[in-house]
Amino acid sequence: MYKKTAKKAIADPILQSALSGLQGRLGPATASLYKNQPEGPDLRAKAHAYRRKAVDNLDIMLVTLAEKIRQNGGEVHFAATASDAVAICLDIAEKNNVKHVVKGKSMVTEEIGLNRALMDKGIEVNETDLGEYIIQLAGEKPSHIVAPAIHKTRKEVGQLFTEKLGTPYTDDPPTLTWDARQALRKKFMAADMGVSGCNLACAETGHITTVSNEGNIRMATTLPRVHVAFMGMERIAANLEEHQAILRLMSMGAAAQQIGGYVSYIGGPAAPDHADGPASFHLVILDNGRSRILADEEFREMLCCIRCGACLNVCPVYGKIGGHAYGSAYTGPVGAVVTPLLGGINEASNLCQGETLCGACRVACPLELNLPRMLLALRAKLSEGDSRWDVKPKSRPEKMLFQIWSRVNCNRKFYDILLKLGRLIQKTMPSSNKMIRRLPWPFSGWTRSRDMKPLAEKTFMELWKKNQGGKF
Amino acid sequence: MMYKKKKVTLFIQCLVDTLYPEVAEAMVSVLEDLGLELDCPTEQTCCGQPAFNAGHQREARAAAVKFIELFEDAQVIVSPSGSCVNMVRHHYPDLFMADPSMLERARAVAAKTFEFTEFLVDVLKIENFDARFPAKVTYHDSCHLNRYLGIHHQPRKLLANIRELEFIEMKDPDKCCGFGGTFAVKYADISSAILEEKVQNIIDSGATVVTGCDMSCLMNIQGMLSRKKAQIKVMHIAQLLSAK
Repeated sequence: MYKKTAKKAIADPILQSALSGLQGRLGPATASLYKNQPEGPDLRAKAHAYRRKAVDNLDIMLVTLAEKIRQNGGEVHFAATASDAVAICLDIAEKNNVKHVVKGKSMVTEEIGLNRALMDKGIEVNETDLGEYIIQLAGEKPSHIVAPAIHKTRKEVGQLFTEKLGTPYTDDPPTLTWDARQALRKKFMAADMGVSGCNLACAETGHITTVSNEGNIRMATTLPRVHVAFMGMERIAANLEEHQAILRLMSMGAAAQQIGGYVSYIGGPAAPDHADGPASFHLVILDNGRSRILADEEFREMLCCIRCGACLNVCPVYGKIGGHAYGSAYTGPVGAVVTPLLGGINEASNLCQGETLCGACRVACPLELNLPRMLLALRAKLSEGDSRWDVKPKSRPEKMLFQIWSRVNCNRKFYDILLKLGRLIQKTMPSSNKMIRRLPWPFSGWTRSRDMKPLAEKTFMELWKKNQGGKF
Repeated sequence: MMYKKKKVTLFIQCLVDTLYPEVAEAMVSVLEDLGLELDCPTEQTCCGQPAFNAGHQREARAAAVKFIELFEDAQVIVSPSGSCVNMVRHHYPDLFMADPSMLERARAVAAKTFEFTEFLVDVLKIENFDARFPAKVTYHDSCHLNRYLGIHHQPRKLLANIRELEFIEMKDPDKCCGFGGTFAVKYADISSAILEEKVQNIIDSGATVVTGCDMSCLMNIQGMLSRKKAQIKVMHIAQLLSAK
């Protein structure tokens, strides 16, 4: 599926130009922001340590957060699985007689498949982030963590709006945005429940934070009677100072901003001393496989990720295949690591293996997470199998080839014999201009778009011995 | 300058050994011109990087053991390939985390292994080789060399001092070429799409030669340039430095 969807994406010139535009804009802009921080260049390393500390002490952090939110009149629910989280939300909706839901953009609700579950109960759900709204109308999946509709052109959006909203056709982005605003305003006013994610929580203050650039999350979380916020259990900082540093870095990573346009701190429902806000506030803290990641030192680092999407904006693979090939809410390098960890390493083996290990993601990450290291660790599990992660060894033929290779590689005599054989065989291969045009399996993929330099008549080692190490 | 007195042991990337021996010859010629004494363990084969990157750590470990046994008595080890040096410097120790005695040996070998341009510029502190190469040249930053070893200005300094060489920076010189070891074969379509962009940037630069410090990326680039019948030569930086 990965390869097939990837191939389709590569053949789509509109998507290719959108991806290259996105990476060309955001990649360099984020990189230049990192260089100019008042705290100096080690802010990112510090923030990594803050995240690591929070993850290492997650039990205490979450209990503190839950206590504070409860003190403020909010309710906190711990959900072990995706279906638990969905059930909690459906229950709240039923108790509050909810018919209309507006949503702020949230990847974790994508992860648990919340929209479908709400709609199956006859509840109308409207995404309110412009990009999410577009793909919801189109019946598609987000293709970028931060820019979910990056794969759609303004012409496509114009046609979509005409068809679904009945607005006159235009491909003018401000007019399209205005059309969406008008349609969404009615939804906001009619909604009885707002659903949001949580970019980061703070244990010390007992609040969750949402960030948007359209103000839609603020409306979705304050206008309706009920607000249900979903947070991955790892999204927490110990104190406000650390929270602020991480939040700023997240904004840089996500959209090359010093800080997102609308940042809301939410600690509970409306109260006598502050009238704005919902009548009831629920925080659903989701595990859904995160405890298993937490328990494995090799992958615990992944829980430090804040899903800003900075790695998508520099990844050469994402830059060609876009988000849909990853088949998950989490795409790009972060998806390549976190999707296998959450959903099964064998099931997502293409995600672990379909990268070049170029390391651009690590450099772009506002927290300097070592994604390539974790990709390698996942690949090692696929090679040998791993009972702890229920991984079965993958691709026996490849493993066998490497076992044979290993034998040959450890013995220069065999190695040289094989090279001699290779020189004979390569003479039978189609070639032109001293380059091989077609290689046999397992190398045939190479020559679909490339020629191959043939083996030299003599290895350097032979030349060295012949010259006794003297001048060449 | 203490390294000037040391014997340099050549660690030749397997692709150079078997496909591009002229690259190793060029490196030898540069090092010999400096009056350095050279040594080359001719039993050496592949460092294990392709196996390691594909997840086959057991097979990579066997290659690492062989390498360590072969090279641990060396005074200083120099290689014309950034990714192989990264393998030895960073991943050999990773492979022996559970074996303290091998870990120590791996670390000792890692500490004395250098990439060719790093060795020239950072260790020997030599940036000018009195080379002459009259051509328009562009440089590809190999990912492991650039991001994992931090080598990017060293080769540019060396190129800047080659007489009659006109250096042209291509667009996104540090963007991956799409090679990625077995990735290029297993995910050939994705690899090709990434390479396509790299090759276009090289062609657009107007250079007649593309150079770099790792033949794996350069082999990938050469493969597509050849398929496209582009009249651009692919050369390792050692070949430019040894040109008179």
